Amino acid sequence: MYTYNEFDTAFIDTRNAQFRSQVERRIDGSLTEDEFKPLRLMNGLYLQLHAYMLRVAIPYGTLNGGQMRQLAFIADKWDKGYGHFTTRQNIQFNWPELKDVPDILDALASVEMHAIQTSGNTIRNVTADHFAGAAADEIADPRPVAELIRQWSTDHPEFQFMPRKFKVAVTGSPNDRAVTRAHDIGLRMVEKDGLAGFEVIVGGGLGRTPMIGKVITDFLPQEDLLPYIESIVSVWNQIGRRDNKYKARIKITVHEHGIEEIRRLVDERFAIVKGTFSGIDQQRLAEYKAQFAAPEFVKKSEVTFKNAYHNDPVFRSWADTNLTAHKADGYFIVSISIKKQGDTPGDATSDQMRLMADLAEQYGHNELRISHEQNVILPHVHKSDLPAVHAALKTQGLATANIGLISDIIACPGMDYCALATARSIPVAQEIATRFDDLKLEHEIGNLKIKISGCINACGHHHVGHIGILGLDRAGVESYQVTLGGDHTETAKVGDRAGPGFSAKEIVPAVERIVDAYLEFRTGKDEEFIETYRRLGLAPFKFALYPEAQADAA
Amino acid sequence: MPKPFKPKVVTANDLLKGDVIYQTATGWSRDLADAEVLTDEADADLRLIDGSQHISEVVGVYLMDVGIEGTAPETTHFREAFRAKGPSNYAHSKREVT
Repeated sequence: MYTYNEFDTAFIDTRNAQFRSQVERRIDGSLTEDEFKPLRLMNGLYLQLHAYMLRVAIPYGTLNGGQMRQLAFIADKWDKGYGHFTTRQNIQFNWPELKDVPDILDALASVEMHAIQTSGNTIRNVTADHFAGAAADEIADPRPVAELIRQWSTDHPEFQFMPRKFKVAVTGSPNDRAVTRAHDIGLRMVEKDGLAGFEVIVGGGLGRTPMIGKVITDFLPQEDLLPYIESIVSVWNQIGRRDNKYKARIKITVHEHGIEEIRRLVDERFAIVKGTFSGIDQQRLAEYKAQFAAPEFVKKSEVTFKNAYHNDPVFRSWADTNLTAHKADGYFIVSISIKKQGDTPGDATSDQMRLMADLAEQYGHNELRISHEQNVILPHVHKSDLPAVHAALKTQGLATANIGLISDIIACPGMDYCALATARSIPVAQEIATRFDDLKLEHEIGNLKIKISGCINACGHHHVGHIGILGLDRAGVESYQVTLGGDHTETAKVGDRAGPGFSAKEIVPAVERIVDAYLEFRTGKDEEFIETYRRLGLAPFKFALYPEAQADAA
Repeated sequence: MPKPFKPKVVTANDLLKGDVIYQTATGWSRDLADAEVLTDEADADLRLIDGSQHISEVVGVYLMDVGIEGTAPETTHFREAFRAKGPSNYAHSKREVT
């Protein structure tokens, strides 16, 4: 992992001291809210429906046991004993009091964390594949590159007052787990003629105008990365729409100007910018690569795993559902579900955080990841330790065997917390998960991604859910719109709108009708929901969703 | 014809806690039942200006519609109902038993 140097520590300490003074001046009335708001947002502090919310950056979703334990300490000391992991691989505290935030930021700094650029019209936390450095299908670990981009973009003087926010995602695997096609810039590590480089995707995004990103170059040599993305951001910073907040993201700029024109402008800019990079970035990248070197994997007997797998059906179900192939022999990637049926998706209590920190230290080479699907990952666990890990997870309600299944739902905080929301998300997720758990159907249904957003801004990624649910305010009543067939992977696609929305009471039965239709139409258990949908299209699912409309037409 | 004026209360968030609060005749309260109901438009505008002066106590002051059919003011939109009641997933904020 990256470790702060003296410069980093001094930078964060200075920022925290500045913010402490700004908070003091706000409380004593020297600063008005209009003056204070941009300052607090620069430090990740929002004001939500019922309280302040502090969004803490977890760079590319990577943290160690000590950092996770400190998050638990913060949750207990200054919040309500839990934290919410987000689709941006961050953590949000929902209940901090204004006067305590400077102390929280100091507590974060003591474990090399902060909340800078988790808000505002800046380059936000760089996200990456949550299986980075562990996945069997990986070309290279994307985190050194993500760290390079993080350092370059933090406090970058040219990019502090942009038309809107800007999000970058990186993957080192052909199987895209980082949703790179729905980011302002998506980077896919590729190799060409033995050389390392990137496919660069630009202008993707969800929100009110969902767009799948377009390839601006299919091979960018590794050493050109920073000057090239600086050129992209720079071009957009100049010509992006500042007149209309809803048209300000780069996806609209690419859409309005066309990818060819954007490519021409970026190449023109790159010719100037390239010369300003002295090569220090490549030296730094080499240092980061060393810091992210894989742990020393060991060879151990696998007999405990085999015994548990053979004798314990609960362990077997968990192992079959929550483990992913690892690049090292004898190892697995463990996905810890933070989606126990009926609980709030992404919420972990301080006790759960401490347990995950302990497990990372004891069995996981001291590494943890937060996934954009709001789960926690132990990226490197030896098979022989899995029975012990599973037994420990059970003690804190963390052993739910539902990764990738219908109850592993992405849900934004929605109107239970968020000031922007137009409807609730959490209760819908809770009800869907509980319903299918009661039916004991989720393993039968198999891989199915439900994603729920409580407003058009799409923090819950509903456009790319196999079943997407968008909560809206229709004439003063919560109404839920369904999209089908969305895909967040390398074959990314925006889902198709099914038709009129459903009330809060109708939405769970509506999802049940979609699932029943899938179970009826699939060719067999091997055909996943998304495959059946691709084969048959919207029509049969629409028929199942709106039986009355079909009856009327008949 | 101008639309009839709907009864309102002044609402905001507390500066220090961020908690939802309502303006009363003499100050601020966490409880909507305590709020001062404004039935006259000019009066409501004045009370809004008055509430907005309290910059070291409150944030984001605005007027919200209320129903006054019962004994206490009631929210008329679900967003305000959630603000008044607290989140639905935990017994936190206004759902906390005090």
